[in-house]
Amino acid sequence: MSHESLISALYVFALAAFLGYQVISRVPPLLHTPLMSATNAISGISLVGSIVTAGAGHSTTSTILGFVAVVCASTNVVGGFVITDRMLRMFKRRDVTKKD
Amino acid sequence: MQTYFIELSYLLASILFILGLKGLSHPETAKRGMHLAEFGMLMAIIGTLMHHEIVTYTWILAGLAIGSVVGLAMGVWVPMTAMPQRTALSHAFGALAAALVGVAEYLKGAGHLDTVTMSALGFEVMLGSLTTTGSLLAFAKLQGMVRGTPMTYKGQNVFNMLLLATTVGIFIYLVINPGSMTLFFIMAGLAFVFGLLLVMPIGSADMPVVMSLLNSYAGLASAATGFVLSNKVLIIAGTLDGFSGFILSILMCRAMNRSITNVLFGAFGSATTAGESGEQQGSMREVGLEDIATQLAYANKVVFVPGYGLATAQAQHAVRELADVLEKRGVTVKYGIHPVAGRMPGHMNVLLAEANVPYSSLYELEQINPEFATTDVSVVIGANDVVNPDARDNPSSPIAGMPILEVDRSKSVVVLKRGQGKGFSGLENPLFFKPVTGMLYGDAKDTLTRLVQAVQHA
Repeated sequence: MSHESLISALYVFALAAFLGYQVISRVPPLLHTPLMSATNAISGISLVGSIVTAGAGHSTTSTILGFVAVVCASTNVVGGFVITDRMLRMFKRRDVTKKD
Repeated sequence: MQTYFIELSYLLASILFILGLKGLSHPETAKRGMHLAEFGMLMAIIGTLMHHEIVTYTWILAGLAIGSVVGLAMGVWVPMTAMPQRTALSHAFGALAAALVGVAEYLKGAGHLDTVTMSALGFEVMLGSLTTTGSLLAFAKLQGMVRGTPMTYKGQNVFNMLLLATTVGIFIYLVINPGSMTLFFIMAGLAFVFGLLLVMPIGSADMPVVMSLLNSYAGLASAATGFVLSNKVLIIAGTLDGFSGFILSILMCRAMNRSITNVLFGAFGSATTAGESGEQQGSMREVGLEDIATQLAYANKVVFVPGYGLATAQAQHAVRELADVLEKRGVTVKYGIHPVAGRMPGHMNVLLAEANVPYSSLYELEQINPEFATTDVSVVIGANDVVNPDARDNPSSPIAGMPILEVDRSKSVVVLKRGQGKGFSGLENPLFFKPVTGMLYGDAKDTLTRLVQAVQHA
């Protein structure tokens, strides 16, 4: 990794950390469980790294490692988003719930 | 051209992820936010599939197919009561993916990795490995496959510290000499072991903190992957996840008035800390179901205080039914939720939402505490430490200073409990001995269902 790309990566990291702090400290305790599963799904973005590893064909070992990583990461992405949606659909205001 | 398209898809994904998390600041905007994030993820995946390094799609598509099916199955069928276990498992998956990509990158570049890349790679593999095993053990404890009580032995902390120091030592050596493959795998192996040792001494009651910490580690492992691959969207998403977990762990610790160090190394709730609160005077007063039903039926305001016992008894629907019956009679019903009630942050809120309790009835600690003085009946369901007045009144108590739900200030307290045993912390709870308190033993779901009938006839 060149020094320029390290510096720009550090900028991204630092700014994302500040932004993350601002955004996440506004999430009410009510939604902490959905928050955890949502961030989990989002960090399943490591899938993009796994995809390249699984498809680049450097060696059999790295293909296998990449394949397992793709399975794990896509489980997180799909499972995480599905379950977050499912949870969020349950949070209702009073008027909607009167008769179910 | 192609590279631009990929990078633009990553940029779009990063923006949508942030908007998605911003949406979570309110239940009304949360769903739309998540759809944005989902769309962002889709774009990033499509973009990645055009990467020039990819020569074969067989394994990618197979992996995506298996992962999607497993993920979908888990997403659709996992019951809300099992949410902590599911989350622990997904931390393990996320961390494992990061660790494996790290190992593959190491094998690819073995020998000629520069210092910066090797440092990021080492972090990635170390954090990824320890989070994988740590989360799996947390999963096993939550699922009841392993005892939830802390497992301790003599010299545990010293041993763990030595192991961690060795792992970090190897890591530093590797940064200087990236070539020694054997040491690289020893480091990964030690990190796997350390993950287990880290979670072993932690009791079930401290799970909310551990879950948040593992969440944070899994995110940081992803962010480190981003540094290794010079991939900005990975850095952003990983950092957001890492910080989210970090903020949650701080909130959880604050809600217990303990430091992270104390949670991780204190082995809280093991047999050794029990019995410190000393002798307890008086006796518990058992009350009849009919009495409670009458009290509830003629009350003006009732506050329910749920704890982990609500989840184990699957009593969330029964509570809602009781609340419905009471509300029909004109009783004001509220729910007081302690931040660490349950096994993960927000656990109780999700369970009650599942039972169709409107979120406007769920109150946080600071909101509900001033209300207890005007509450006629507080109903404690399977909660113990979060309502223990010792935390407020007894400075020598192990949980002294922990903010509690002050149910003992209400006119009457009913405690629904499975048996006469102590809570997970092993502490005596003076609340149970107070004159205002009545104990109602039995399975919470069963008791609540019978209360519904009794109130209807009152």
